[in-house]
Amino acid sequence: MSGLTTPSTLPLPRLRPWLLLGVPVLLLVAYLVLMDNGAVSQVGTYLHELMHDGRHLLGVPCH
Amino acid sequence: MVRTLLVRGLLLGLLAGLIAGAFAFVFGEPRIESAIALEEAASAQHAGSEHGGAGHTHEHGAEAVVSRPVQKAGLFLATGLYGLAVGGIFALVYAGLRGRVGPRSEGGLGLAAAGVAFVAVILVPFVKYPANPPAVGDPETINGRTVLYLVMVLVGLAATAVAAVTARQVGAGPWARWAAAVAVFLVPVAAAWLLLPSVNEVPEGFPATLLWEFRLTSLGTQLVFWAVFGALFGWACDRAARAPRAALAAA
Repeated sequence: MSGLTTPSTLPLPRLRPWLLLGVPVLLLVAYLVLMDNGAVSQVGTYLHELMHDGRHLLGVPCH
Repeated sequence: MVRTLLVRGLLLGLLAGLIAGAFAFVFGEPRIESAIALEEAASAQHAGSEHGGAGHTHEHGAEAVVSRPVQKAGLFLATGLYGLAVGGIFALVYAGLRGRVGPRSEGGLGLAAAGVAFVAVILVPFVKYPANPPAVGDPETINGRTVLYLVMVLVGLAATAVAAVTARQVGAGPWARWAAAVAVFLVPVAAAWLLLPSVNEVPEGFPATLLWEFRLTSLGTQLVFWAVFGALFGWACDRAARAPRAALAAA
């Protein structure tokens, strides 16, 4: 029995705080990299221009 | 345990993002340069014919907010941070899936989840709203196009969840299970492809070859990211799962 290679199930209550805190923070990072045009960052189109080539080549609508 | 997985996802995501950035730099940058040259030629012509020229919202020349060399460095910043964020989210979802859904082995689950994520989050939106080089796309419609793109991402994710639940309900052998999962995945995805509004903002005369090559390169960048990330994450999880057994054997 390869008990050690079979993934152990993590109980959901232990996972919940990580999901509730981590996912929104990481989604915000992804939003700032991929989509922000000043609405959240408040730096105008600076992020748009800095991430410009990455946005085009990662395939998100850029402009 | 969750912390270990999250750190693993963040770091390997950053690494895979930088590798995808290198692919994008080598294969994508020449195409971006060609597209920008066409964009500038078109806007120069436009400014010539209508003097005063409508204020273009996006500049690549010397008057730009961020110069071209910095934008090229920004490519690595963008793909690296993208990898970090996506890798972290992936690791948290993986922590929830482990032992509940999918392959039993750690490496197998990591690789399979990365493959499914690529199809659901990248390929499904790409088929409907493919990547565009500079000069393609009207800046006026960016908000609407971004919303449509995100709707496609959500459709891909929701279809994946429904397919996974369906696969668990079908107990009639692996073939029936796979067929049911694929069918249940494709129905909402194909409906969205058909029903959502199309976007065609390719300017008259834009070279078809350049557009095709750019789109292929963009899809390739994402493929490199997910393949490298899935392989690294699966490998790291397998290695971590084996470590305690090796320590036990040595004792």
